[in-house]
Amino acid sequence: MTEPSVILEAKNLLVERAGTRLLDIPALSVNRGEVLALIGPNGAGKTTLLLTLSYLMKPRAGELFFSGLMVGSGYPLSDYRRKLSMVFQEALLFDTTVYKNVASGLKFRGVGRGEIETRVTEQLELFGISHLKDRSARTLSGGEAQRTSLARAFATNPEVLFLDEPFASLDPPTRESLMEDVEQVLRRARTTTIITTHDRSEALRLSTRIAVVNQGRILQIGTPGEVMYHPVDEFVASFVGVETIITGEVVEKRAGTFAVSVNGREIEAIGDAVKGEVVTLCIRPENVTLSCEAFGSGASALNVFHGTITKITAMGLYQKILIDCGFSLVAYLTNRSMERMVLTEGQEINAAFKATAIHVMKKPPTLPDKPSSAH
Amino acid sequence: MDLILEGIKKAFWLLITLDSEVMDITILSLKVSGAATLISLFLGISTGTAVALSQFPGRKIVVSLINTGMGLPPVVVGLFVTIFLWRSGPLGFLGILYTPTAMVVAQCVIATPIVMGITLAAIQQLPRRLRLQILSLGATRFQMIWTLIKEAKLPLLAAVMAGFGGVISEIGASIMVGGNIKGYSRVLTTATVMETGKGNFDVAIALGIILLVLTYLINLVLTYVQQRERPR
Repeated sequence: MTEPSVILEAKNLLVERAGTRLLDIPALSVNRGEVLALIGPNGAGKTTLLLTLSYLMKPRAGELFFSGLMVGSGYPLSDYRRKLSMVFQEALLFDTTVYKNVASGLKFRGVGRGEIETRVTEQLELFGISHLKDRSARTLSGGEAQRTSLARAFATNPEVLFLDEPFASLDPPTRESLMEDVEQVLRRARTTTIITTHDRSEALRLSTRIAVVNQGRILQIGTPGEVMYHPVDEFVASFVGVETIITGEVVEKRAGTFAVSVNGREIEAIGDAVKGEVVTLCIRPENVTLSCEAFGSGASALNVFHGTITKITAMGLYQKILIDCGFSLVAYLTNRSMERMVLTEGQEINAAFKATAIHVMKKPPTLPDKPSSAH
Repeated sequence: MDLILEGIKKAFWLLITLDSEVMDITILSLKVSGAATLISLFLGISTGTAVALSQFPGRKIVVSLINTGMGLPPVVVGLFVTIFLWRSGPLGFLGILYTPTAMVVAQCVIATPIVMGITLAAIQQLPRRLRLQILSLGATRFQMIWTLIKEAKLPLLAAVMAGFGGVISEIGASIMVGGNIKGYSRVLTTATVMETGKGNFDVAIALGIILLVLTYLINLVLTYVQQRERPR
C-alpha cells in the first residue's frame, strides 16, 4: 500500500556494472512536495541513485512506483519521463538560443507556440535571464548556463525534479545567488525535488529530508536535524561534521545521565545506559567552548577538561583547534575569538561541552559495510 | 612559357563566352557529385548515428571498417562497381554501366563511409550525459536522435565538405563506370585528363580552374556557415 502523499517509491533497487554492485536500495519513498537531499562522498552512488529513480538508468532488479503505479508496467516509461525534469552538474545546453533551450522540453511534448511563449517567458523571468533570451547558449557564463538549464527543467512543470550537483561547478558568489533563487522557486512551486550534493551545507539549506549515501547504500535518512545531531554511525557522523568521535565504557549510571570512561577521563552524557556497555560519543565542534581560565561550576552536567592544544588549523572564517585532554577533542573558534584569546599550539587550555550536546551511539563503532560483490 | 600563357588566355575565353561544352561538363559534374553527396549524407548520417548510439558485439570491428572505408581508393571502388554492373555481373540487369547513374552509385560508395565516419565521431564526442538530458526533457527516442544530430551539425558540415570534395575531384571511379562519353558522362575530372592527354592545354586549364573555383566556393559557403555558429 502506498500512502497518498508518497509520490515516488522504490523497492529493492539493485544496480550492477560489470559484476560490481553500485546500488542496493531496499526501500525509499519520496513524499509529494518534499526536497530530499542525497549526500555522500564522491563515488558514493548518489548520481546512480538519481539516474535510477528517474529511470534514465535501468536497474538490474527492483521496482519503481510513481503515484502508486509501477513504472514500466502499470505506468508507461514514456509517460513517467514526461513527469520529470533533470538538471546535471554541467548545464548541457543545446547549441541554440537561451529561449529555444528553455522551450525544448515543451517542444518535445508538442505544446503550442503560444503556450510555449507564456511558460518560457515566465521561467526566464523567475531565473533572471530574460535579457539573455536571444543569446546563443554557447556564449553564456557558467552561472547563466546553469540558470538556463534550471529554467528549462522547470518549464515543463515537472512533478519530480532531479538535480544532480547543480551548483558544484560554480564559483562561490554565483553559486550563492543561484541557490537563493532555486530556494525561492522551490518554495513557491512546491515541486518534489531530489538533489544530490557532497556539500552538507547545501543540503541543510535546501532540503526537508536528508539521505546519507555511501557505497551504494542509504545509511541514514531523516530530517536535517536528525541526521546532523543523531547520526546512526561513525561514517554519517563524520560526514555531517562531527569532528570528535570517541569510544568508551559506561562506568556509572546516574539519574538521567551516565558517565563514560574514555582513556581514564570521565564524560557525562544524557540518556540511559547499562554499566559496562561500550558506547560511541559524538561531539560537534561548534558545541565545544574554550577558556583560558577555569569554567564556573554553575552549569550542571557540564563536561570540563583540561588539555593541551596540539594543532591549530585555519579554516577560513574560523580556526579548528585540536586539543589533547586524554582524548582528542576538536573545537571551532571564530577568527575574532581567536584574536581575543591568543591561542598557540602547545598551550594549556580548558575545554567544555554540555552533556546534552553529546550524541551517543550504542552500536559498537563499525566501518561502513562493504557492498557485497556479486560473484 | 608560351604554352601556359596561351593556355590560360584561351581558358578565360572559354569561361567568359560560357562555352557550351565546358558548361555541359560542369553542370553534369555538379549534378552527379551533388546527387552522390546528398544520397551519402542520408545513408552516412543515419548509419553513422545508429552505430554511434548502439552497443553490439563486434562494434569495434565495424568502426574500424568504417574508418578504413573513409580512405577507399576510388580506382578500387570503380573496379568493383564496374564488375557489379557488368552485363554478366550481379547487377548487370540494371543496364546502367557507362551512365551518369553508375557514376552516382560509385561516388556514393566513396562518400558514404566518409560521411558515416565523421558522423560517428561527431555523435560520439557529444557528452554522454546529453542523451540522458534530452530523454529527461521528455523526448521520444526519435526526438532524442534528431536533437543529437542537430547538436553535431558543425562536424556534420565537415562531412558535407569532405564528402563533396572527395567525389567532385575523384577520377578513377568516374572514368571506369562512366566511360567519359562526350556529352553524356563526361565530367570535369575525366575531361581534364582527356584534354591534357590530347595536348589541349587550354581546355584542360579551363576545366581545372572551374574545378578549383567550384570546390572553393562550396567550401567557402560551408565555412562561412560554420564560423558564424562559433562562439565569440
